Amino acid sequence: MVTATDRELMMEEALWNPGDIAWMLTATAFVLFMTPGLALFYGGMVRSKNVLSVLMQNFWCMGIITIVWIVAGYSIAFGGGGSPFLGGVDHLFLNGIAVDYGSAHLPEAVNVVFQLAFAVITPALITGAFAERMKFSAFAIFVAVWSLLVYSPLAHWVWDVGNGFLNKWGVLDFAGGTVIHVNAGVAALVAAIIIGKRKGWPKPGFRPHNLTMTLLGTGILWFGWMGFNAGSAGSASPQAVNAFLVTQVSAATGAVVWAIVEWIKDGKPTTLGVASGGVAALVGITPAAGFVDVQSALIIGATCGVLCYFAIGLKSKLGYDDSLDVVGVHMVGGIIGGLLTGLLADAAIGGTAGGLAQMGKQAVGLGVGIVWSAVLTTIILLAIKYTIGLRVTEEDEERGLDLSLHSEEGYSFAELGATSTASSLVTSSTSTSGG
Amino acid sequence: MKLVTAIVKPHKLGDVKDSLQGMGVTGMTVTEVKGFGRQRGHTEVYRGTEYQVDLVPKIKLEVLVDVMDVDRAVKAISDAARTGSVGDGKLWVTDIDAVTRIRTGEIGPDAI
Repeated sequence: MVTATDRELMMEEALWNPGDIAWMLTATAFVLFMTPGLALFYGGMVRSKNVLSVLMQNFWCMGIITIVWIVAGYSIAFGGGGSPFLGGVDHLFLNGIAVDYGSAHLPEAVNVVFQLAFAVITPALITGAFAERMKFSAFAIFVAVWSLLVYSPLAHWVWDVGNGFLNKWGVLDFAGGTVIHVNAGVAALVAAIIIGKRKGWPKPGFRPHNLTMTLLGTGILWFGWMGFNAGSAGSASPQAVNAFLVTQVSAATGAVVWAIVEWIKDGKPTTLGVASGGVAALVGITPAAGFVDVQSALIIGATCGVLCYFAIGLKSKLGYDDSLDVVGVHMVGGIIGGLLTGLLADAAIGGTAGGLAQMGKQAVGLGVGIVWSAVLTTIILLAIKYTIGLRVTEEDEERGLDLSLHSEEGYSFAELGATSTASSLVTSSTSTSGG
Repeated sequence: MKLVTAIVKPHKLGDVKDSLQGMGVTGMTVTEVKGFGRQRGHTEVYRGTEYQVDLVPKIKLEVLVDVMDVDRAVKAISDAARTGSVGDGKLWVTDIDAVTRIRTGEIGPDAI
């Protein structure tokens, strides 16, 4: 039993910083809110018959990745000691962490849960690439295995301070440009190619069904990203303040610039344009937030707004069906942000001076991430493809995944045919009626 | 007895309804429908990709009237629904054999 006096003594002896703990737990909640935001962002862009399947994939990530992370993911990424290439097994099942009263300014459990939120959203980002056609069983296996085999090692290389080989070599990735966005974006490209096009694509008929939902999701992502980037300072510090400021500046710039580009090119500024530009620029500032100043944030935001707009056009030219543009926004935005972080880093902000040498290091770090993600994602997806299969049947795809995979419908405004009787409620476990 | 069926622009429904009520029509049925005529559809652009949308939203309005009221009803609807631009819609008149008011059992013109 720890008494109040004991606790005060422990706090004096330990170097806990209540301000840091308070901010980091707050930031963690911000980041946890991003995955439901992403679900709405993506959900609005698919056809109405698939909206729930997209929400389900994202919420499933919140569940399964949490479990995977505490069982083994955290230990592989931040296992303490280990090698430059893999963390250790010391923290499997969070062994030794859950009741940590160590002497650091933050209990390690804070890092566990903050990093957990990042681990959850990364595979969730990939869902935009294979939306509207993937079997749920294949998806469930894919994200769990991918998180362990692809995400955790890369997080170790880049973020495990003093251990990971890219970290030691000086590659900068403040909040996850390479580890999260490029990683997910490359996996998305591989997934879009291996799983194949949606039936009928690119013929007309793939319009977003509810952009109000997408815009709300964008707002939630934008809000959560403040915790994502400013929390990556790991403390309630001036660096966190800088990250917060440049994140807002970059996102705002990207939203406006993207809309202006399409205004000039396509004739009208669109809501999906400001949403896409904002998210692309948030991706771009992610690796840079703790290293660059506000002027650089303007440059990063504007560059992402322009280049990601054009990158999105690649899929129809090259013929891969990345349903919701994960490649154009996250892979391309992450690469731009990673390179510009190296060029524009300011020693007064994050301790590293930018320049061509640092940009070269960034390119190597990005290259390692790209190759790693591409190779491992290919292996995992092919293994699933040739065992249980990746795609739903053509019939299920046409019917919509909401009904065929989940026996639900996102929208049942009309009451016709929606009547259910008491007996059917009790007995029909496999019923497909309703809605 | 006649059935007047009109396809009009959705934002003109209020004007058409007021106009019909003004001439003494006491009931109507309105349905949200989609279709196209000479107006064709419209173009939507999402992330730089253009989509041609052929079927645009319209309102279908059905009114039962007595023979002697039919011309006035047609005029009331067309005057209220007209904007002068393509896509104003269409209306047509069909003969009706029998009408029954379900509550009272009245039949014929009394049931309108």
